[in-house]
Amino acid sequence: MSARVYLPRDAAALAVGADDVAQALSAAAQRRGVTLEIIRTGSRGLFWLEPMLEVATSEGRVAYGPVEASDAETLLDAILAGGGPHRLRLGPTEAIPFLKRQTRLTFARCGITDPLSLHDYRAAGGYRGLDRALSLGPAAIVETVVESGLRGRGGAGFPTGIKWRTAREAVGQPKYIVCNADEGDSGTYADRMIMEGDPFCLIEGMTIAAIAIGAAKGFIYIRSEYPHAIATMEAALAIARRDGRLGTNVAGSGHAFDIEIRVGAGAYVCGEETALLDSLEGKRGMVRAKPPLPAHRGLFGRPTVVNNVLSLAAVPTILADGADAYRDLGMGRSRGTMPIQLAGNVRYGGLFETAFGVTLGGLVDDIGGGTLSGRPVRAVQVGGPLGAYFPRALFDTPFDYEAFAQRDGLIGHGGVVVFDDTVDMAYQARFAMEFCAIESCGKCTPCRIGSTRGVEVIDRIVRGEKREANLALLEDLCGTLKFGSLCALGGFTPYPVMSALRYFPEDFGARNGAVPA
Amino acid sequence: MPAWQEARARQIIEAHRTVDGPALVILHALQREFGFISDEAVALVADALNLTRAEVHGIVTFYHDFRREPAGRHVLKLCRAEACQALGGERLAAHGQSRLGITWGGTTADGGVTLEPVFCLGLCASGPAALIDGRPVGRLDAARLDRLLDEVSS
Repeated sequence: MSARVYLPRDAAALAVGADDVAQALSAAAQRRGVTLEIIRTGSRGLFWLEPMLEVATSEGRVAYGPVEASDAETLLDAILAGGGPHRLRLGPTEAIPFLKRQTRLTFARCGITDPLSLHDYRAAGGYRGLDRALSLGPAAIVETVVESGLRGRGGAGFPTGIKWRTAREAVGQPKYIVCNADEGDSGTYADRMIMEGDPFCLIEGMTIAAIAIGAAKGFIYIRSEYPHAIATMEAALAIARRDGRLGTNVAGSGHAFDIEIRVGAGAYVCGEETALLDSLEGKRGMVRAKPPLPAHRGLFGRPTVVNNVLSLAAVPTILADGADAYRDLGMGRSRGTMPIQLAGNVRYGGLFETAFGVTLGGLVDDIGGGTLSGRPVRAVQVGGPLGAYFPRALFDTPFDYEAFAQRDGLIGHGGVVVFDDTVDMAYQARFAMEFCAIESCGKCTPCRIGSTRGVEVIDRIVRGEKREANLALLEDLCGTLKFGSLCALGGFTPYPVMSALRYFPEDFGARNGAVPA
Repeated sequence: MPAWQEARARQIIEAHRTVDGPALVILHALQREFGFISDEAVALVADALNLTRAEVHGIVTFYHDFRREPAGRHVLKLCRAEACQALGGERLAAHGQSRLGITWGGTTADGGVTLEPVFCLGLCASGPAALIDGRPVGRLDAARLDRLLDEVSS
């Protein structure tokens, strides 16, 4: 007898015992003398169900989860029965509502294929984008990406195609493609999932970008907190080189392109593109003034495209299926899909890729199922540590760059962190300032010093010392940070601080719930 | 971790000296080998890259990852970021600190465990999360953290 099952090797699955499950299943199969093929995949992104085991059946895959090593014997019964009954049986994977409601373009393969099988990658539609790109040529590749409406998924939302066009037209060689995989925002893990679950997709996206702008060298700057992503990407690069997908003659096209991985060293600010470039050059990760734009003078002073993992990973599908198919999804100026990441105190936490336009309330209450603790949702921080805290009253905000900006927030890299009613919003505001103080690169005075003063001022407000004067001072300080900082670290730290104060004044000891102006 | 050996350090530096922007690559490699970046290492790197020791010191101290002294036998990195806070991460951190008798950055008196804060491990839907000796762990609570610490200290 033999059977095939799929079990994630994603770090979040390993963190809850996926390796133990794999070992227990292997041992149980061996004891019974049956052949069990366990294919380790990326994660489907349904983290409350991890480790999630899938069994290959004649009617597609059947899921079980969250499984534990101690379930191995009974799971093996179910596996050998071809996806048979079990108390953890979830039914056909694709029919799980959380998955069924998504539009997976960037994450089309993640959790399904063996991340390090080029054969699987191609069989599941991989490298169709590069084939199309090669037939189009550099100028048409850039115009396709412009027409798709793709905007930077790292958070800034700058049109990716315009960036490419600028770098393509810039004079000077060599040119570089830099992938920003310094995914430091709390509540985000989509970059990590792609790198661990579908690394060739990122390689393909970078290759297309390189051909478009005329670059022969690419770097992926991965944060050191992601050891599994680093290992998987390194392995995937070696496979791509062996297969002639990277090297002096990419896929027989005559283009030369190769990619090198560089590992960060625990500095959040290096997620800012110019600090990242300094770090890549082996320096302190200090933010640079713009202009010059990196597209003109970037890495080692050369024309450089810096794109987030998700931006680059969206490129293959855009090239393969055309700009229109991508642009037809979404709302307003936010086109295509966004891999949204539900995190924190949420019942159904995970990756939800969908067209722009879904409301925050729909994400948190409907898709996320409210809090994990079962208590009422009180606040939601969207867009990482520099994102605003939204109260229930703003749950009608659609997931869209402009709609969030209009409400003094940002969608950032798509992280949605849910808090229940036990949260102390004065503490969260203080933490935002503290985090800014810890991670400031030190270049701008408002960020370097203002963040520390911000912690002190919030402490005084909470202690009730000269309340009104200190509230005015905090607001003034936030204005200085916002307008006097070069990058988003100092510039956006006021978002979580001021939103906490505006929407949750009662946590700051405000009398009569008065809203500070 | 092997003790400091200048010849070995020179070998490591030489192996990476010609990559573009080599400083971080070299510092990572040295820390992997010796466990921390000593003053001797700073001097050698400065010499090899034609930088001042002050410049190399500036790089080393800018990044949270680089240690100026050896860590304990085990390193526990507990996530302090918002998604883990939403699930009681700060309470868990307080429990860990009191159980180990150290604060952030400290090492237990027996040299067993170093406790470090980390701001996000990308395990934000499986929090509170931690890395113990590079191994990810999620859905932590006080009891599970205690078991982890028992495992590594046994």
